[in-house]
Amino acid sequence: MKVIINVSLKEGVLDPEGQAIKSSLNNLGFEHCSDVRTGKQIILNLDQKSETEVIKQAKKMCEELLVNTVIENYEINILKD
Amino acid sequence: MIVAIRKITGKTPIKIWHKEYDIPNLDLIVIPGGFTFGDYLRCGALAARSPVITSIKNHIGRGGTVLGVCNGFQILIEAKILPGSLIRNKKLLFTCRETTLEVQSCIENPFLSGLKIGECLKIPVAHNEGNYFAPEDLLKQLKEEGRIALKYIKQKDNEENYNPNGSTEDIAGILSKNGKVLGMMPHPERAMNYLHGGTDGLKFLTNCVEQIIG
Repeated sequence: MKVIINVSLKEGVLDPEGQAIKSSLNNLGFEHCSDVRTGKQIILNLDQKSETEVIKQAKKMCEELLVNTVIENYEINILKD
Repeated sequence: MIVAIRKITGKTPIKIWHKEYDIPNLDLIVIPGGFTFGDYLRCGALAARSPVITSIKNHIGRGGTVLGVCNGFQILIEAKILPGSLIRNKKLLFTCRETTLEVQSCIENPFLSGLKIGECLKIPVAHNEGNYFAPEDLLKQLKEEGRIALKYIKQKDNEENYNPNGSTEDIAGILSKNGKVLGMMPHPERAMNYLHGGTDGLKFLTNCVEQIIG
């Protein structure tokens, strides 16, 4: 089963990369772009049949390694074929 | 770092491989700077899950002393040995230059206790992710517990870029609750002689060694 994990910075955590992208977008004429936040996407393949088990495993992975919960939020989605 | 410690102690420190579980009783473990596992995912994140970290946690559990410098600090944070987070430098630039640090009034610890509170040390930084971030409540707790050890400080009133990475409250280094673990972004081993541009790193590390080993 394919799992997509979206990791984003928590509200209030400085995102200098997002700020730099925003400033470039504004310079290109997209002056209505008032904020940019960056994040990352991790795509995993888990050899499991049960959706509940997959979510449980992915959550454990996020808490143990994939996400720094001090500054990041995450969202787990199962990719349906 | 090995050269620096050898210069001070006259003895060669032992190197510990990241896959080692069994480490002997040691006076001081130093996790030096550099890069680990390409610093993929987050700086220090993969190194912090190496087998050796369990041994380092056991060493700390026995009251052992640990100094983490730069990537070593990032690893201590990722291993949750020290709290908070080290994020991308505010200006998105890898910063490699001298900074001035001020010794803070903090809990008793073997790293700074031979130095005076308010004393300044000129020690260089070299990093891309050294911007210390802590949520409000953690910051409050660190202050109350006297765990902020080193801060970047202005040399002149109008100096703007004294903080090289935009860290919260100019924090450069923090201590564990028991004061036996120090994580710092600046590299003392890069200020060991006049060819480096200064010797405050030598002063800092000599003090650490004297306090810990005697």
